[in-house]
Amino acid sequence: MKIKVIVTLKNGVLDPQGKAIQQTLNGMNFDKVSDVRQGKFFEIEVKENDETKAKSLVDEMCKKLLANLVIEDYKIV
Amino acid sequence: MKSSVIIFPGSNCDRDMDVALKKFGFKNQMIWHNDKSIPKSDLIVLPGGFSYGDYLRCGSIASKSNIIKSVIDFANSGGFVLGICNGFQILTETGLLPGILQQNKYLNFICKNVYVKIKDKKNKYFKNIKKEILELHIAHNEGNYFCSKDELKSLEDNTQIAVTYCDQKGLENDENNPNGALKNIAGIFNKNKNVLGMMPHPERMIDKYLSGEDGSLFFENLLGNLQ
Repeated sequence: MKIKVIVTLKNGVLDPQGKAIQQTLNGMNFDKVSDVRQGKFFEIEVKENDETKAKSLVDEMCKKLLANLVIEDYKIV
Repeated sequence: MKSSVIIFPGSNCDRDMDVALKKFGFKNQMIWHNDKSIPKSDLIVLPGGFSYGDYLRCGSIASKSNIIKSVIDFANSGGFVLGICNGFQILTETGLLPGILQQNKYLNFICKNVYVKIKDKKNKYFKNIKKEILELHIAHNEGNYFCSKDELKSLEDNTQIAVTYCDQKGLENDENNPNGALKNIAGIFNKNKNVLGMMPHPERMIDKYLSGEDGSLFFENLLGNLQ
């Protein structure tokens, strides 16, 4: 089963890369862009058919490795 | 005094550290990350570099390597663990030190000499150093220290801030903060002050003709204090 995870910086944590991307987009005349936050996306193949169990395993992976909870939030999608 | 430097794939300051430790009298040994145990040591050093290519987050993969459990046990039993640059990043990822090193505020790799102020001398790393300000070298892309407000308060309350970026006279402000680090933090201790992580490289400042000798002060002093 494939589980997808999105890791993003927490609100309030400075994201200089997102800022640079936003400024570049604004410079390309995408005037309506007011903020960009950059994150990470993972696709994890888990040998488990029960979705709840698979997601709970991935949740543990997020806490232990994929996200650093000091600055990042994660979402299992 | 016996020291051990751990080598990870991608470490690149391990040999400089080996030279520095030996120059000031440590009997140093090099330990491969895949080993499970560390020979008896008075000091363990996690060197600078780009362990595992900085994949995922700097230091995150190294913080799960085979050898790390021994490092954590050693630190928790009071052993002295020093992490320089990538070593500092690894220490935060293991949880031995709070916070995280984020990408530099202005997105540039910084390689230059800086001044740092010693904030606390009641510890084995800086006790007896005659100077208040050291000139050391930094070379990093992720040195922007960040932690939560609660963690910062705890760091301040327990005098765990080890060194901060400043100018030659000790002034700590935004102008003298190369990477955007919270409160100009360049290095911190754990609560017991046996674990020190810092971004500046003392091992690069041990030759009066090539660099400067403020790194020499650090190693000489550390050896003296550990004896």
